[in-house]
Parts: sequence; structure tokens; C-alpha cells
Amino acid sequence: MALTPLNDRMITGEQSYATIDQSISSMIIDQKRHNRPWWIMFAIGIMGTGLLGMAITWLVYQGVGVWGNNVPTAWAFDIVNFVWWIGIGHAGTLISAILLLLRQPWRNSINRFAEAMTIFAVMCAGMFPLLHTGRPWVAIYWLFPYPNIMALWPQFRSPLMWDVFAVSTYFTVSLLFWYLGLIPDFATLRDQSKNKVAKVILAIACLGWRGSNQHWHRYEQAYLILAGLSTPLVLSVHSIVSFDFASSIVPGWNVTVFPPYFVAGAVFAGFAMVLTFAIPLRKLYKLEHLITMRHIDWMAKITLATGLIVAYGYTLEMFYAWYSGNPNEWDMTLLRRLNGPYSWAYYSLLICNIVAPQAFWVPKFRQNLWVVMIVCQFVSVGMWLERFVIIPMSLTANYLPSANRMYYPTFWDFAMFAGTIGFFLTLMSLFIRFMPVINIFEVKDLLYKMLGHHDAQIAETPVEMPEPALGRSL
Amino acid sequence: MRGRLDGKSGKNYWRSLDELSDTQEFKEWMADEFPNRSSLLQMNRRDLLKFMGASMALAGLTGCRGVFLPQEKVVPYVKAPEELVPGKPLYYASAVTLAGYATGVLVEQREGRPIFIQGNPDHPASLGALDSISQAELLNFYDPDRANNVLVFSNPGTYTQGDVTTWEQFLQAAEKALAAEAAAGGSGIRILTGSITSPTLVEQINRFLTKYPKSVWHAYEPSGRANVYEGAKLAFGKPLETTYDFTNAKVVVSLDGDFLSPTANPASLKYAKEFADGRRVSGQSGTMNRLYSFESTPGLVGAMADHRWAVKPSEIFDVAMALASALGVAGASPTGKVDEKAIGAIAKDLQSVPGGALVVTGDDYTPEVHALVQAINAKLGAFGKTVFHTQPVDATVNAGASDLKTLVDDLKGGKVQALFIVGGNPVYNAPADLKFAEALTKAKFKARIGLYDDETAQACDYLIPTTHTLEEWGDAAAFDGTLSIIQPLIAPLFQGKSLIEIFSALAGKPLSGYDAVRATWKTQQIIKGDFEKQWRNVVHDGLLRGSALPKVVPTVTLNASTLTAPKKPTGLEVIFAKDPSIHDGRFSNNGWLQELPKPMSKLTWDNVAMMSPKTAASLGLEDNSTVELTVNGQAVQTAAFIQPGHPSDAVTVYLGYGRTRGGIVCAISNGEGKPGGDDRTPGGFFNPTSNHDGGGFNAYLLRSSANPHFAAGEIKKLGGLTTIASTQGHSPIDGDHIKQFEGDSRVVVVEYDLEDFNKNAAKYVEERKKESEEIRKNNLYPDEIYVYKGPQWAMTIDLNTCIGCNACVTACQAENNIPVVGKVQVERHREMHWLRIDRYYSGDSENPQVAWQPVACVHCEKAPCEPVCPVAATVHSHEGLNQMVYNRCVGTRYCSNNCPYKVRRFNYLNYTDNQRQFDIRVDEKTRIPLLRMLNNPDVTVRGRGIMEKCTFCIQRINEGRIEAKKAGREIRDGDIVTACQAACPTQTIVFGNKEDKDSQVSKWREDPRAYLLLESLQTRPRTSHLAKLRNPNKELASTKATETNS
Repeated sequence: MALTPLNDRMITGEQSYATIDQSISSMIIDQKRHNRPWWIMFAIGIMGTGLLGMAITWLVYQGVGVWGNNVPTAWAFDIVNFVWWIGIGHAGTLISAILLLLRQPWRNSINRFAEAMTIFAVMCAGMFPLLHTGRPWVAIYWLFPYPNIMALWPQFRSPLMWDVFAVSTYFTVSLLFWYLGLIPDFATLRDQSKNKVAKVILAIACLGWRGSNQHWHRYEQAYLILAGLSTPLVLSVHSIVSFDFASSIVPGWNVTVFPPYFVAGAVFAGFAMVLTFAIPLRKLYKLEHLITMRHIDWMAKITLATGLIVAYGYTLEMFYAWYSGNPNEWDMTLLRRLNGPYSWAYYSLLICNIVAPQAFWVPKFRQNLWVVMIVCQFVSVGMWLERFVIIPMSLTANYLPSANRMYYPTFWDFAMFAGTIGFFLTLMSLFIRFMPVINIFEVKDLLYKMLGHHDAQIAETPVEMPEPALGRSL
Repeated sequence: MRGRLDGKSGKNYWRSLDELSDTQEFKEWMADEFPNRSSLLQMNRRDLLKFMGASMALAGLTGCRGVFLPQEKVVPYVKAPEELVPGKPLYYASAVTLAGYATGVLVEQREGRPIFIQGNPDHPASLGALDSISQAELLNFYDPDRANNVLVFSNPGTYTQGDVTTWEQFLQAAEKALAAEAAAGGSGIRILTGSITSPTLVEQINRFLTKYPKSVWHAYEPSGRANVYEGAKLAFGKPLETTYDFTNAKVVVSLDGDFLSPTANPASLKYAKEFADGRRVSGQSGTMNRLYSFESTPGLVGAMADHRWAVKPSEIFDVAMALASALGVAGASPTGKVDEKAIGAIAKDLQSVPGGALVVTGDDYTPEVHALVQAINAKLGAFGKTVFHTQPVDATVNAGASDLKTLVDDLKGGKVQALFIVGGNPVYNAPADLKFAEALTKAKFKARIGLYDDETAQACDYLIPTTHTLEEWGDAAAFDGTLSIIQPLIAPLFQGKSLIEIFSALAGKPLSGYDAVRATWKTQQIIKGDFEKQWRNVVHDGLLRGSALPKVVPTVTLNASTLTAPKKPTGLEVIFAKDPSIHDGRFSNNGWLQELPKPMSKLTWDNVAMMSPKTAASLGLEDNSTVELTVNGQAVQTAAFIQPGHPSDAVTVYLGYGRTRGGIVCAISNGEGKPGGDDRTPGGFFNPTSNHDGGGFNAYLLRSSANPHFAAGEIKKLGGLTTIASTQGHSPIDGDHIKQFEGDSRVVVVEYDLEDFNKNAAKYVEERKKESEEIRKNNLYPDEIYVYKGPQWAMTIDLNTCIGCNACVTACQAENNIPVVGKVQVERHREMHWLRIDRYYSGDSENPQVAWQPVACVHCEKAPCEPVCPVAATVHSHEGLNQMVYNRCVGTRYCSNNCPYKVRRFNYLNYTDNQRQFDIRVDEKTRIPLLRMLNNPDVTVRGRGIMEKCTFCIQRINEGRIEAKKAGREIRDGDIVTACQAACPTQTIVFGNKEDKDSQVSKWREDPRAYLLLESLQTRPRTSHLAKLRNPNKELASTKATETNS
């Protein structure tokens, strides 16, 4: 087959199915490709995981009191981290499910590791609601509606109960979705692998995939169904997480705009995190041809768009505080945020989440990987601060002024957070090393469509390719 | 008898009763009039506890000796059931003493363990209420740090643990030392005691003094009432006790006299009740007494005052003089600059209520001030109406005991050969200039008789542990002389002996406490008539009725012009005051009291340098700034604390902190990590429960015998911050001024001006009703959720009579097994008190008005905490209680977040078991988990990770319900009294069934002043509050109560 130079922005360079196979699967088959940067990332991750293990051990041994939580601030870093991690995961689901249903082919190069991020982020997130309870050894199953002789059921009115269902469903569906997508790729790897052990493992993992027409048919059906299931989850999970706050009577929490605003914030943070991983990944593993500047450009645009929704959310928070006529809301949402003891957090949040992403209006900045990286870091920090501003900060001021108290985190609060980041890095490093980071067959499919080898039916309704927006070829 | 039953199955058990009846024991049992009580008395205490199934508590008892109950008759109080029924409490009348003065109490005993102390309604110093300190005596009783063996110190004065020896060996050594002096008539023998009111102890001391006629009795109280008697001497020519009756007092002027604080006054509970009764208003109009307060350190009286002036203690004499001169007291003429207008108005007000005027001052003030106040009261015609006099109750005054300074001089002069230090802790709390510790080394034989192995014990040759009030026979007098018998509730836990027993042995004729008390009461004819019958009555009642000292009406012989004003210190005035929680330091090993927020500052675990906002600003200090306070060249390091209402250019330091020995709770380390008495391991993240850095500084180091009340000092900013633990902030960051920002319309504390209220009460009621209606109408949700059945529990708290004394807080802690969490945890705002007293300032920060607001769980009918719990661990009862199901709680803490009153408390750590006194790992010596015995068996002890909160004393509700059911009747109003309600001296808290329209609580709920806290949230609390009323003098209205003097 002739190699045609490609100028399209979703796959660049001279590509054939073989080169695509080669550039992705060699990351697994040729382990020598993982050199120092990988080891550095892995070492940091392992150290973080160790710290996490220590933090959890100490936490379970001593009690939640090793953290800085108090009364009135009964939720602090624990829930901040939970919401932050859950939010990070959202980009993955959005990319894999919603963009699939919307037939956005550019998702093909980024969906795999975005999905992996979703799963790892939900794993990190899931630790917090469990471990932040006073008695995790009972919380781990008392929150589930299991039949028992005392006929004791969970309280279905509690948003925390909804959380349990939302997060566990989310994790299950995301995991299935991810695995299902991996099956054809595992089969490709099985075929390419020379190592006997790897071959066997991959053979098991790909569930005997032979690439028959029937297999592909079943696969497509299942994948679509799961995408259909995931799509509402993108909206529901973070909406439900936001109900933890919105349905309470805490000033600063009780805001009806929370569900959409939380979802937008989640996608915002998620895309920032995908970019944070995509940029070094494509550089280190020479995947620039598959994750192109086009991808980065679009992701930056989505970040900007969701950032603007978030900014609208902040405005509405203020508006509702005023419109409600509730002096406590007004005090908490406006006066304390602008002029309270934690106002630094609020101002930093505004800079990180509203000011920094405005850089993405400028095409030049969207092309500059350094600018994109820096803005994404701002967004990650900003989204963490947003949850900090909402969760512990709102609790520090109360209806009865006598109950007002400051909140200060302890070493273990930071250890637990840093530990989950380490855990996340570890999982990501292992993922990069042992799993195809880019969906091989979908990229090949994309290439196929781009090369025009598609059959007549598809040719009649060609996949809409966006016009190159860039002035120069990368 | 039970031994015979062992090993037999249930069926045999019942059948074998016949069999048993043949035994000798059974016949005896049958013959006994009170068989069960009798068998209880003969029972080994360990068996008793085993029998009661308290096996957990028992584990700790292996270390306890003396496990037999005394053989003397113990008579239960009226509430006692016929027999000891497991699970049923017995109540015994007794008395606890504070600095010698008795307060009558009823001690609740469960299965042989005293577990709760409440006031004796018949006793004049209690009237049914009880202050925090007396309630916390219970914790002192179970304190594992109490001295538990006779110790001999081979190298007194240096830090040693002391070697365990026996009472007999001590007695031999003491007798040898005494015999050496006997020839000289005992001229080298000295006794040092605190204030004593016990006739039996006095008798034993007198026997000792008679045996050694030249020996000398010294008395020292670090913050005693000597000035009261000296003042009386100046005024009347003889020392007299002064007591007040606030019942008829219409206008009260306090010249820094805190008549409401138990630490400041032995009759505070009575005064508080009478004073509050004089302010009680029900319905749409009423009358109230008026209180003017000139106050230095902000305290309870200033908080209740209708007009308050912040004055330095050195200026009180001027105020008294100005008032005296305005009232025309002979020889009085103004001596200093005072607010003439205010004095004039006060004088006018005082004169307008003949027989209803009363001026009081504080015990710490110089005799001149006391004399002046006596003259003022005489001039006002208060004697016999609001002011009464009796002979002093304190035996050391009557016996003319010598003072501490003389003792130190004698010690320095080498005149003292044998010294017995009884109670007190002079090495720690003697005035610094006396250098008592140094002088003490001169004595050849030094025996320390006391409850704790403390600083003084370490400086002596012997430490002889004394018994606690709850485990000894004794007697004591109340403020008015009313005598009580102290009866033991349990056999001594340690190797202690009562002071009576120790002195009787030293005097050569050892007696048991029981015999000694009986002998004294018999021979001194304290009980007249049939001794045995009367004795039983006294033990039963807890007091000898009619034994109050006869009142005398003295004539004032004072010419005020002869009085000299105290020298005013130049520069900064350092005020020394007893700590509101731990007194003069004698309760510093008591976790309940250490963690009890001091009423005004809400500080725990520490003392600080308190100053006014103005002074702090001028010195460039802020809260927690580390400062160095220097008095007489002695410097201490502490934290600055800005106290609104404090007089400017003055600093208050509380006494009683900075202990170096005397228990694990109080003592601070010596800075080298080595125990300076007891260790206090440094905190850090591997030791989250340690109380590091608590304990404050020793203010006695700054205090001289010449200026025990206030002295000139200097304060220097050192840079850096010192952590202090307060349960309620007062700076703008933690802001708690009622109005937090412009336009704040939140209603937290409702206050009215009395005159305005009397006029417009109907209007206010109408307004509130309209507002409630509107809130209710605007609610989108259905109004009724729960189906209510049976009595509907409700509580009402009258903010108008709450004096903020904390009695309810300690009562709740004792009743509900609330753990002590330590300073670090309080700093992290994790204190566990179910009931807190919020303090709100309003007005000028230099002299604000204060309102108290006790808040516990308000038991919302629509509780926001309930729907958010994912496991339904907090649910509603059909009687309207919001209940916590501890077993079900997983600790998500969502309920606490959603509670607008923030009354839920979370066990962030295993507080109950991690209390340092529980912790057997703190040092090498095996510690007895004695504190477990303190727990109320009716209340679950909560573990780690559990949410908890006020239950409206559900255990008491259930008990009342069971009793009513047994009697076949409905629960009556007053059947159920919550712990906080019972302890309250001012009857501020009312609890009952709101469905019963005749109950007190439903009447109060309908009172025009009643309001629901945060009503706009529609939580519909079952606890309502009654608005506070103030009764300002209209003549001073323009200046309100916010002016500062001079």
C-alpha cells in the first residue's frame, strides 16, 4: 500500500496501519522505550503511594482526628479531594462517551488514556468518602442496601446515599467501557507479541478476539450501549456530588446552580488534566503524529468554554446570595469570600479559573505547549481551590456566630492528598507501560477513513473533517 | 450465701431457697431489719461490683485496697429505694468543701460507686443547685494521680519519686520528732492549714495543740477571706462574717464583688438564686432589681450588670469613697477621680429603695474597702435587711491562727523543728517574696498531709495521703455556719486517712473518723436531745437544721477619714485573680475543670495575660502574641489575650497554672523533656492526643505578700505567637459580636429594655407572631412530618436569669460521660461539651454588654441533621426527641455540617480511652483505669468515630417514665429533671412536656419573651429561649452601660 503524505491534523506524518501499530504497540512490546522519564514518574508515584499507605494506616489507627477537621468544619480536605478527583475523571467519560455518540473522530487518539484517567481518578476519589468516616470498617457496607435480619436500610433521603450509588455506578460503567475498548487492542498486541508469557496474558485479556465480523458487530453494539449508559453519568455523577452541598442548609452550599456548575467544573478540570498528561506523553513517546496540535487546540477550546461556564457559576452564586435575601448567604458567599480570613483562596481561585484560561482565546497561546501546560496547572489548582472555598470555608461561618471557627489542615491532610496523587501517577505509569495508551484500532479506523479506503456507503457521507485552523504544519 | 448458689442451675436456684433457710446465714438475714443493706455493708466490695456485673470497672480495682465499706451505719436519703436494686441509684446526703466552706450535696451512688454529685435542696449553700467545682469533686475522687501511698523523700527539695513507706513508719518518725520537742512544750512544732470549718478537725487540732502547748497553728489560703475579717475589724472592731440576702435587694452595687462565682464566694449559689429571683419576669410586665457593677476583670457580675464600669482594682477604693461621700458616710470625702455623675445617680438610686439597697465588694480587696462598704451598707440601712453578720465560720480566724509570714520568719530563724503542712500547697502558691521553699529546708521534720504528690510534698520528708471528701467521715460548716456531716460513699480507694484521723493519731489517741465525729458532736453538744436519733437525722438530711450561727447586728465605729487609699501602682497594673475554673490551683489536675471554658474568655487549659483592646493596641499586641510579664523583677512568659471590658493599663493573670508536680493533667514539663514532677510528653503528629503546652504559667511567682491583689508590672512583646485554646473566639476572624456586618438582621439573642418591654410587650409579641406566621406561610413544604404521640419534650432557657456560671456544663459532662479531650484538641475546636454557653458582646469593645446563651441540641421538630444521615443513625422519636443511634453511626459528620446550631460533637479520636489519665502507657508505673468507674452506667460511653449530642437526658426521661408507669399514672411535670436543669443555681432551665398545658415549660414557651433560635430556618426547635431584659437607670441612659470610668 502506498504511503501517502498526510496533511490532516488528526493524524500527521507519513502513516500506514503498520506505523500506527508500531508507534503504539511498541510501547508495550519494546519495553526499552521506557527510559528515565518513565522511571522518574514511577518513582514519584511509588513514593506517593507509600505516603498514602502510611497516611491511611495512621488514619485508620488513630481516627479522623489526625486531620484538621473540627466542629463546625466537619468536612474539609477529605471532601475537597473527593470532589476534585471525581471531577478529574469527567473528561474521560465525556471524551469516550459523549464524543463517540456525537461522532467526533478526534476523540479516537485521546479517549483511551482519558478513560484510564477516569478510572484511576475515581479510585483516588473513592478512598476519601470511605476513609473520612469515623468508622470506615462499617461504613464500607452499611451504606449499601444489603438485606439483613434487622431490616435496617440506608436512608435514601440522604445525598450521601445517592453518592454511593452514583460513584459506584460510575466506576463500574467506566471500567467496563474501558475494558471493552481494550479488547481489540489486546488482540492486536497478542498477535504482535513475541514474549510467550505476554502472549498468554494478552490472549486471556482479549477474551479470544479473532476480529471476525461477528466479533466486530457485537463489539460495536456493546460499545454503543455502554456509551449510551455513560453519557447520562457524565451529567449525573457530579450533579449528585453537588447535591451533597446544594441540598443542605449551609450558607454557601445551598445554591441551586450547583449541579450544572459542578459538571462544567468537572469537565473543565478533567480536560486540564488530560492535557497535562497528553503533552508530555506525546513528546516522550513520539506520539505527536497521533495526538496532534489539532487535538490540543480543541481541548484548549473546551477548557476555555467550560471555564466560562464556571465563571458564570461564580457570578450566579453571588447573585443568588443577594437575591435570596438571606443575610447568612450574603455574609458567606460575598463578604467572607472577598474579605474573610480565607479570601486569599477565593482570589487565587478567580485568577486560576477565570483569568488564566482566557489565554486560550488567542490561537498562538493554544499552539504554545508551555502556555497550555501552565494554564492547565492553574486550572487544576483553581478547581481544587474552588472546592476548598465551597466546602470548608462555608462551614467556618455559621448561623450562630458563636460557632464560627477557623480550619487548619494538618500534615496528614496533605499527606493523604499527595498520596493519592502519587497513587494516580503510579497507576498511570503502569498503564503507559503495559497497556496501549492510544486506541490502536480506532486510530487505524480513522486513518482508513482519512485515506479514503472506506466503502461506497461511507464515502457518500464522508466523515466531516474540520478545516485546518493552523497556519503551519506541525 | 451466694457461694452456695454457685454451680447450681436455674431451677435449683429457686428450689433451694428452702434449703437455704435452714442455714445460720439465712436466719441472720431474716432477722436483720434491713437485710439487703446490711448484707451490702458486709460484702466485699469486689464481690459487690462483680455481682453488679461491672466487670470492666472491676479490672482496675485490683490495685485498690481497703475494699470493705466502713462498718458504720450509712443512711440513704429519702429517694433511696427500699433495697439496693442493681441499676437503681442510691442517694446519700453529704457535703463537699471549698476552701473550708461546705456545700450540701446529694451523691448518687450506683452499685457502690459514687457517680454524680448534685445539690442538696435543704442545704442553705446549695438550695438544690451545685457549682462546677463541687460537681467536679467527683473526678478528683477518681483521679488516679491522687497520692495513694505514704511516701518518704530521702532528698527533699529535689525531684524524686519518693519511696513507698507505711503509715506506721511515718507515725513512728513523727512521734520521734514530736517527742524531741515535747520537753520544750512543743515550741518547735508548727501546723500549717488552710481554712477549716470542721468542728471535729478543730477539736483534734486543739488536742494536738494542748498536748504541745507551745506549738503554733498557722493558716494560709492563697486567696482567702482574711481581708473580709480585717475589714470587719476596722468597721466594727471585731472580725465578723458578712452574708447577704438578695431577696429584698432592689438596687445592688458591686464594687468588683463577684457574688455569683463559686470561686469568689462560698454562698454564691444562694446569692445567684436570690439575685435571679429578683430579676425573674413572667408575662407582659414585671419588675427587676438593678445591678451596678464596677469591675476589673470581666466576670459574671459585670455580665449581669445593668450598668458596668471597667475600673482598675486600685481605683475601687476611690469609687467606694466617692459613693460613701455621696451617701454621707461619716468622714468620707472623695479621694480620686471618678465619674461623679454616675456615682450621684447610683447614690440616688440606692437611697430610693430603703432596706432594698446593697453594696458588695470582693474578698481580695483591702480591709479599707471592706470597712467602707460596711459603713455604706450601714448608712443605707441594709443591716438586718440585705446584709447580715455572724461570728466567723472559719475556725482559723476564731482560733487566731498565725499567718504564713510568721511561719516563714520562724523557719528562717531556725525555730521550727517539726512542721505539718495540712492541705494547701504553699511551696507552689506562697507569695514569691517569702521564699517559702527555701525557708522550708530549715525545718528538721517536714510532713506534708494532702491529696496530691505535689510541689510541697516533694519539698517535705513525708507525704501522707488524705482521703477525699467522698470517702471519709467528717463535718463542715457552710457560709452561715450550718453544720453538715460528711459521710463516706465508698471505702478509701488508696492508702489515705482523713485529716481527723491523722490529727487524732498525732495527738496521741487515734480515732476513726466516724468515732471522732460522733464524739465531737456528742461532747460539744452540737446535737441536743436524743443523740442517736438526731444523728441519724443529720446524716440523712445532710445538715443539722437550725445550726446557722446567730445573727449579730454590729454598729459601725468607723470614721472613713482614717482610711488610707491603697498605693496606686504606676504604669501597668497586674491583677491576680483566682481562676474561675480551677480556683487557686487546687483543681488543676481536674480535666473537667481544666477544660471548662472560663465564662468570659472561653479559654481552657491555660492562663494568659488579659488586657483591654486599647492596652493591647498601645503595646502593639494581638491575641496570642507571646509576651513577657515582669513584676518585682520576676518575669514569666505567656500569651496576650484581648478581653473586651477589661480596664485599660491593666493586665489580669489567673492563679493556679504552671504546676510542676501534682498529677498528669496539671503538670508541665521542666523543659528538658524530663518530668518536672510528672511528664508531659511533647505533642506532634505521632501523638495527637497529648496535652502538650497546656498548663500555663505560675502567676504566684509574680505575687508578693505585700501586694497579693494587684501590683505594678511591665509587659514586653517577645515576638511570635503562643497557642491558647478557646472554645469561642472574640476577634473579628472568629467574630461573634451579634452584628457581624452592616445590615445583619440575624436574631440570635433577643434583648429588651425592661421599661420598654413593660410598655410594649403586647406589641412585640404581636410582631413576633406575625413574623412567625409569615415564615410559616412562605414554607413550600408540608408543615407536619412526624406523628407525635405521648408527652412532647421541650426545654426553655431564660436568658434573663442565666448568669453564665457553667454549672450546667459540668453537670452535663458528669451525667453524660463526656470525655475530656485535652488542650490540643480544644485548639482544634473538638471540645465535646454537649451544652455550651455562648457569650455575645454588644456595644463598645472597651466595655461591652454581655449576653449569655446556653445552647445544646434544640431537638428540632424538622431537624436538618436527620434527612442527611446516609445510615439513619439520627432519627426522630414520637416524643419529639432527635435521637442519636450510636451503634448505627458511621461518622460521616454530614449531620454536624447541616446543623445550624452546631451542637453536634464528634469523637475525632478515641477520646474516652485516650484521656491521659486513662492511658496506661504514659509512664512506667501501671496506671489504674480508675476513671472508668466514674461513668454513668445509664449512658453509653461513645467510642471513636461517633457523633454525639444532647439527648435531653433521655436516661432520666426513661427513668421518669418507668416510675410513672409503675405508679400507674401519667408523667407529671417536674418528674423529669435534666442534669443541667438540676445544677442550675438560678433555675434558668425548664424541661417538661409541652403538651401538658399546665407544665412550667409550656407556660414559658408561651411567655411574651419566648422566641425560637433561628426561627427563620423553620427547624422548629423544641428548645426555646426567653429574651434577656436589662434594667438600666434612665438617669444614666444617655451614657448607657458602655461608659468607662475615669
